[in-house]
Formats: sequence, C-alpha cells, structure tokens
Amino acid sequence: MSLLKIKNLHANVAGHEILKGIDLTINPGEVHSIMGPNGSGKSTLAQVLSRRQTYEVTAGEVLFQEKDLLAMKPEEAACEGVFLAFQYPVEIPGIGNAYFLRSALNAMHKYRGQDEVDAMDFLPMYREKLKLLEMDEKLMSRSVNEGFSGGEKKRNEILQMAVLEPKLAILDETDSGLDIDALRIVAKGVNAMRNPDRAMLVVTHYQRLLNYIATDFVHVLVDGRIVRSGGPELALELEEKGYGWIEAEARQTAPASV
Amino acid sequence: MAGLKLRRDRLRPLRCDGEGLITTAEHLDNYLESFTAKRSSGHTFPWLRKLREDAFARFCETGFPTTHDEDWRFTSVAAIARKVFSLPKQYAGNLSHSDFKPWQVEGAAVRLVFVDGEFVRALSAFGALPPGVKISGLKEEIEKTSTALQAHLGRHLDIQRDAFCALNTAFAEDGAFVQVARGVTLEAPIHLLFVSTAADAPRMIHPRNLLIFERESQVTVIEDYVSLGGGAVLCNTATELIAGENSTIAHFMIERESPDAFNISTLRIQQERSANVASHSLLLGGGLVRNNVHPVLAGEGGECLINGLFVGDGQQHLDNYMHVEHASPHCGSRQFYNGILDGHAHGVFHGRIVVHKDAQKTDAKQTNRNLLLSDDAQIDTKPQLEIYADDVKCTHGATIGQIEENALFYLRSRGIDEVSARRLLLQAFAGECLGRMKPGAAHDYAERLIYEHLLLITSHLTAGS
Repeated sequence: MSLLKIKNLHANVAGHEILKGIDLTINPGEVHSIMGPNGSGKSTLAQVLSRRQTYEVTAGEVLFQEKDLLAMKPEEAACEGVFLAFQYPVEIPGIGNAYFLRSALNAMHKYRGQDEVDAMDFLPMYREKLKLLEMDEKLMSRSVNEGFSGGEKKRNEILQMAVLEPKLAILDETDSGLDIDALRIVAKGVNAMRNPDRAMLVVTHYQRLLNYIATDFVHVLVDGRIVRSGGPELALELEEKGYGWIEAEARQTAPASV
Repeated sequence: MAGLKLRRDRLRPLRCDGEGLITTAEHLDNYLESFTAKRSSGHTFPWLRKLREDAFARFCETGFPTTHDEDWRFTSVAAIARKVFSLPKQYAGNLSHSDFKPWQVEGAAVRLVFVDGEFVRALSAFGALPPGVKISGLKEEIEKTSTALQAHLGRHLDIQRDAFCALNTAFAEDGAFVQVARGVTLEAPIHLLFVSTAADAPRMIHPRNLLIFERESQVTVIEDYVSLGGGAVLCNTATELIAGENSTIAHFMIERESPDAFNISTLRIQQERSANVASHSLLLGGGLVRNNVHPVLAGEGGECLINGLFVGDGQQHLDNYMHVEHASPHCGSRQFYNGILDGHAHGVFHGRIVVHKDAQKTDAKQTNRNLLLSDDAQIDTKPQLEIYADDVKCTHGATIGQIEENALFYLRSRGIDEVSARRLLLQAFAGECLGRMKPGAAHDYAERLIYEHLLLITSHLTAGS
C-alpha cells in the first residue's frame, strides 16, 4: 500500500494556477526529493499537502493511507501523520516551546484515542531530542521560535518532527540559509528519523542537502508540473547544469493551451 | 440645612451626545434628593461634611462629562446620565460565606467583603496579620477620625477635573481602609471584594478606599468587582493609594461585573521618593467600564508600572484612561496595555503623560497592543504627551491586529485544533500582561481569571467549527 498517492493535482493561489497536474506516489520508507527553480510550485505542493487553506485545490486527488487528504483540516492531516517542517518557522511569543510541543503531542494522542502524556513523561523524551539536535535546554522554556537564529528555527522544526514521529515528513527548504554545521546537525536529526515505515518528501532548491540526506528519488518541478524524475544522479546533474536546460525543455513540451 | 448652598435654579442641564440636549434638571434633582436625604441621616464630622458638600457642588457645576470633553472623547456616559439611580439600602444580612466561594483568592492574607459598597465584617475573613497592618472598613475608621485618615482622605483625588470623583466624594460612605506601617512586608495579598447584588431599579454605589502604605512597606492589594445577579448598577469607585518612600506596592483592579453594570473607577496613586508601584488592571466584565489610573510621581526616583488587559465582547465598552504625572526628576513610568475585542465591543486606551517642569530625566514609556477578533469590534487608542521639562525620554506606541493566520496554521499543522489554537494564541497575547506581574497569589488569581475568561469568550467557536 502506498503511503501517499497524488493524482493530477491542480491548485490555485489567489486565482493563479500554481500546480498544474502533479502525479506522485510515495511508499513507506522512501525519501523523495522535489527540486526546482524559484516559483515552480515546490512550496505550494508542501503547503497543500499540509492543508493550508489559502491554496485552493481545483482538480485531482490526494490519498494518504487510502484516506482523502484533501478533505482534511490541517490538524487532521497532522494527526493522521503528515508533518511539515516550515521553510519559515513562525515565531509565537507567549507560548513556550515545551508547552507547545506537549500540547501538539497530546492533541495527536487524543485524536488516536491514546493516553495523554504528562509533563513528567514528556520532559525526558524532549531532552533526549534536544540533545540529538544539539540544542540548548534553555530553549525549552522560551517562546516558540522567538528570538531564535535561522539555524535554531530549522533545528526546532526537526526537533518537533522527532517528537511527533510523523508517517510522512515534508521538509520545505529546511536547508536554505543554513551554514554547513547547522546543515549537518539538521541532516543528522532527519537521518535518525528514517525507518521503513516513514517516508520523507524533501523540498529543496539546492542539491547540497542531498549530500547529507540520501534520497531514493528526485523529481524536478517546473511551472507546476513534474517534468523529470530519476535517481539521486539527477540532482547532481541539476547541480552541475542549473535549471535552465530543464526549463527550456519543459517549455517545448508544455501543452500550448496553457 | 443652612450650609447647603445648592438651589435647583443653579443646576444647569446636562448635555448628552447623539441625542441632543436632554433636560436633566430632574435627574440632577434626583442626585440632590439623595444627597439631602443622606446628609440629614446621622451625624457627620464637619471636615467630612465640607469635603462632601464641596464635591457635590462641584458635581452640580460640571454635570456628567460628554464626548466634547477631551478626556471622554471616546466614551459616552449618556446611558448613565439618563438613568435615575438610587442609593442602596442597608445590607440585610441575607448572604453567607458560601455565596463568595467562587471569588476566593487562594493564599490571600485577608478578605474584606463589601456588599453594595457596605463593608460587611461578618462575611469578611481576617487571617493572622503581622503587627503594623491595620485593615478595616472606611466607615469604621471615619468614626475614629485618625490623623492618617484626615491627612489623606480626599486630599489626592481630583474632584475638579473629574465629575465621577466628585460624585464619589459626595456620596461615599464606606470602602476599605488599609494602613501598613513602616518597614512591614505583607507577602500575601489583601483581597477587597466588592459585590453588587441584583438591582430591580437602577442603583448607584460609591465605594471609597484609602490605602496608606508607609515607608519601606511591601504590600499587594486586589480590588475585585463582581456581581451577584444583574441589573443596572452604577459602581463608581475611587481609591487613594499613598505609596510611602521606598515602598513596593502592587495594586490589582479586577472588573468582572455583569454586562449591564456601569463601572467607573479611579485609582489615584501618590508616590513618594523611590517608591515602586505596579498597577495591574484586568477589565473582563461590566457593560460600560471606565478605568482611570492616575499616578503622581511626587518624589525622586519613583518607578511606576501600569499594566493592563482588557477583554471585551458583545456590546461591552472598556475605556482605559491613564494619567501619569511626572512631578519629580529621575522617575520612570511604564504603561503596557493589551486589549482583546470581539463582537461589537469597543475599547479605548487613552494614555496621557504629563511631565512637569522640574521632572528632568523622566523616562516614560507607553505601549498599547490590541487584537480585534471581529469586524465590528473597535479600538480607539490615543497617546497624549505633555512635556514641560527638556531632558526627558518619552516613547509611545500602539498596534492593532488580528490573530495571525501564520501562527494559527503553524499550531494547526502540529495537530492542535483550530479552537484550541485560537485560545492558545489569545492566552499568549494576554500572557504578556501576566508576565509583568510578580509571581505569587495575586498573579495566580489573575492567571486563573484570564484563562477562564478566554475559555468563555471563545466557547462560541466550538459550536461553529
């Protein structure tokens, strides 16, 4: 059974069609990378899958574990096991990191009919994940992402992922803006999460990340369509030649009516 | 009666906004009647009689303010001016301790209960108090006419400028009297609970508090206004708070009366040298609410924090009027007010800072942040700086916004449902106000009230989503 099945997905933002027919199947345990130039729809795809309502799906279907993902609210998708590591994590003053994350975990437990996790059980687990991501314990009591550096914010995303243990982790340009040390730490966190039941969708602009996170498949997104799919070697080719050639190719093969 | 110089022909009509002029001679008549009746019952000390008569005369001169009045630009009190209020009857002894259970402050040192403004000893709870702490009803204290009382009662409140203060001074009979001696620290808060009972006919009550904190004392006081039943009650309260040299004082004003209540409150703080005062206001209830906070930094090196949260929905009108007077050099004042408004609620933040000529090195800051949760909610925010010294630092800022969509989505993307996510964000916003309170029983009480209130105002969301 595939974990995620996207069929002919079309989506608009403010009347503009951004996704123009995406087909993608992801099986448990696989890592897929979506690459593409700016404005190709990479982030839109990530946001649609995590059910952000500002994107209007105009056609197609998405099945997540055989369930209609497009009928879910963001919180339902999350509780079903979809996790989005944000490209720009949001600062939320006044809500502590640990409190926030425990609330999230308990919301999921409640959804699944599991017992609540109390602070006593939560903290040791949280501490362990903090260590994995080489984060300062002081961050626990600070507000969510408030005053965090860019690298700290991205690490905090992976930390949340590590605690919430999703079935599908979508990383939206998690590598952008990271220095090499931060990138290594983030990749270490991501790699520690890999297992045969969990799939990942890694959205990135740069091939660099894929040196640290081994990907099974690479898909190139241009103008709202996947124009090419292949193995990790495709990423290297893109790194070498840039996106220009593939965009030119895509223009030639695109339907004239669009 | 010879001393009373008022005559009906001297009463002028009151103006009321929006409805043109309404002839309120008969309304003023009503106040005159109440005043006369009160005056003739029981004896009064001459000094107090004079205080009251002067105040009443002043009230008759000015009448109620209108929105033409700069201080009242955003708040019409026509609904008050139009009503005929009568003074409450004496407390009938029909309440018991259990009626006050919901309003218990966990860990308070003492609780004074006032029923329709009248101090009721039988309902109050006095724990063990350290020596040097004197707490009683103001009426009892007036009977004793101590020197401290005479030195301060009515000496600080500005009855010339504010008609409600004049009205309070004219009618006030009872309230809290607290005197804390030099160097005494009272860790647990003093809880002053003002209960207005159900009113069949419009009723006015005028609680008056005198809080005297001597040099180097450290005290927390909670003024808490609640309703036992609804009805048109005008609760017009005034507090004179004297913070002696080097004292550390926290004052909480909590308004959560019923939606048909009018609550006008004035906190007049007199701050001596190096006194540190924190005023925390929580406006959660009431229909038409005006909260005046008026500190005068009268001695050098004083610090004043004026911290507030107002949360309105329905038709509530919540007006926060700050008047911070820097009268001495090297004083600091910080105003932080957060507002959350839903439904048709109307909030006002009017922050006036006056820096007197000699108050050099004043450092005054003012911040007002607002969240509007509906299209019909409204906020008027107005800074007003009057600076007569030349070496000062005064800053002000205001923001108005909605719940941030990004933050909401972020929380939801982690599995938190929309209603809970909204609540969390509101709690976080309100939490800024809590963060400025020192940890302790009063903080915990405020936290509980805010939390419960936010649950209440977001409860309609559950049905909708």
